Amino acid sequence: MEILHSILPELIRIIVCAVCGAVIVFGNALVMGYAERKLAGHIMLRPGPMEVGFHGVLQLIIDGLKLMGKQLVVPQQANKPLYMLAPILSFAPVFVPLLVIPFSDKLQGFDINIGLLIILAFASINVLAILVGGWSSNNKYSLFGAFRSVAQNVAYEIPMLISLLAVVFMTNTFSLKEIAAAQSPVWFVIVQPVAFLIYIVAMVAETNRAPFDLPEAESELTAGFHTEYSGMAFSLFMLAEYANMFIVCSVATVFFLGGSSGIPLPYFEYSGAVWFLVKVYALMFFLVWIRWTYPRTRFDQLMNFCWKYMIPFSLVNLLITVVMVKLI
Amino acid sequence: MIVFKYIAEVLFYAFMILTFMGGFMAVRSRLLMHAVLGLAVSLLGVAGLYFYLGSPFLAMMQVLIYVGAVCIMIVMGVMLGNTPDQLAYKNFEGRNTILAAFACALGFVALYVAIGQAKFAPAAEKVGDMSIRFIGESLLFQYCLAFELISVILLTAIVGAIILARGGREEEAK
Repeated sequence: MEILHSILPELIRIIVCAVCGAVIVFGNALVMGYAERKLAGHIMLRPGPMEVGFHGVLQLIIDGLKLMGKQLVVPQQANKPLYMLAPILSFAPVFVPLLVIPFSDKLQGFDINIGLLIILAFASINVLAILVGGWSSNNKYSLFGAFRSVAQNVAYEIPMLISLLAVVFMTNTFSLKEIAAAQSPVWFVIVQPVAFLIYIVAMVAETNRAPFDLPEAESELTAGFHTEYSGMAFSLFMLAEYANMFIVCSVATVFFLGGSSGIPLPYFEYSGAVWFLVKVYALMFFLVWIRWTYPRTRFDQLMNFCWKYMIPFSLVNLLITVVMVKLI
Repeated sequence: MIVFKYIAEVLFYAFMILTFMGGFMAVRSRLLMHAVLGLAVSLLGVAGLYFYLGSPFLAMMQVLIYVGAVCIMIVMGVMLGNTPDQLAYKNFEGRNTILAAFACALGFVALYVAIGQAKFAPAAEKVGDMSIRFIGESLLFQYCLAFELISVILLTAIVGAIILARGGREEEAK
């Protein structure tokens, strides 16, 4: 009994964190999958999914069931263990960053001084997963998609990190909770507009979404790195993509949009979490919006834009920030 | 609280097994891709050991730099210079085996002597994760020169890589 008493609070905490993480990942994929198709439809002046349920709200559940029932086809020439490992490697790390995101001042898995580093470290495993998936499929389209993904992700990680570092210099901490708390009078989007713009562009590139979706450019590469994947293996990649969108948007919210700050709602203790989710989904709406509005860039344009404009601009921004922090 | 100690012990052995298994996979595998992934697993295990030793900062840097950057760069290199299967198998035969065994033994002896002579003073007491501040200060004060030299070497490597890549492209254009 003694032992149980000592570990019970921690045990409950772990279970709650795991369940909440799963709910966020799957719920987010359901909501975003539906919202994306519906928004894509309306942006293109067509209704989107309409048949299943009221205005097609059950479409994604049916799709999920269909994907679960499909056969996992492994190409004959593929490297089977790695081929099966890649979707898991892509999907598994998305749970850890969710732990350190402060949904409100009370709702957080655990507050740690290196929250930002945890998010960046586990986001980088996704690149390895895409690479493994692309290589082990033994398909030229997949390999090209994987190559592009790595080149793009490695390049855009640099301005992303540097733009976030500018904020870190102002707040003097890596803890996401303290960063969110530091912007109670003015949000950092007003103080650091350049960093915010750079982060937004890098965010789109990091999540491999249009106009920077070169790794899965369907007009030239069929479906890029996941050309050969079917059924649940494919949907694990999709789940990971939507979860990564959620994570990068949460980081943008925490760093630039004041985290969970907002007008407190009456009779509701966790109004911070509501505001946080509102901001996150506003950013996600933005991501979907530009995906269905802008055409895809060419690959050399994409890389030139990163190395010749984004990185120098972010470095100058960092330098100015450091000087200003020292002076003030 | 004794339960947590047991959990920590179990995790320590799990990380150690992970490190060794990854290393074994990296050395034994005939496919370079498998070897690099083994290396990634091994480095993840090392990150876990850092975490066990009470420095999540070092653990995360290990994941970020080694798994996220170094391994991906190696994989890129492996895929660009695709080794034919026959060559990959030939490397494990004949004279190469003896040479490899000799090199391994030499490395083992050197490491063994170095580790044997080192003194591992246990920390007097642990006051949270002080590694960020400590690493920052020692890099910028005590080991400033070495730090700067490393950055110069990296810069040289980048410039060299650019020159090599450009040279190849211009020749092709001619």
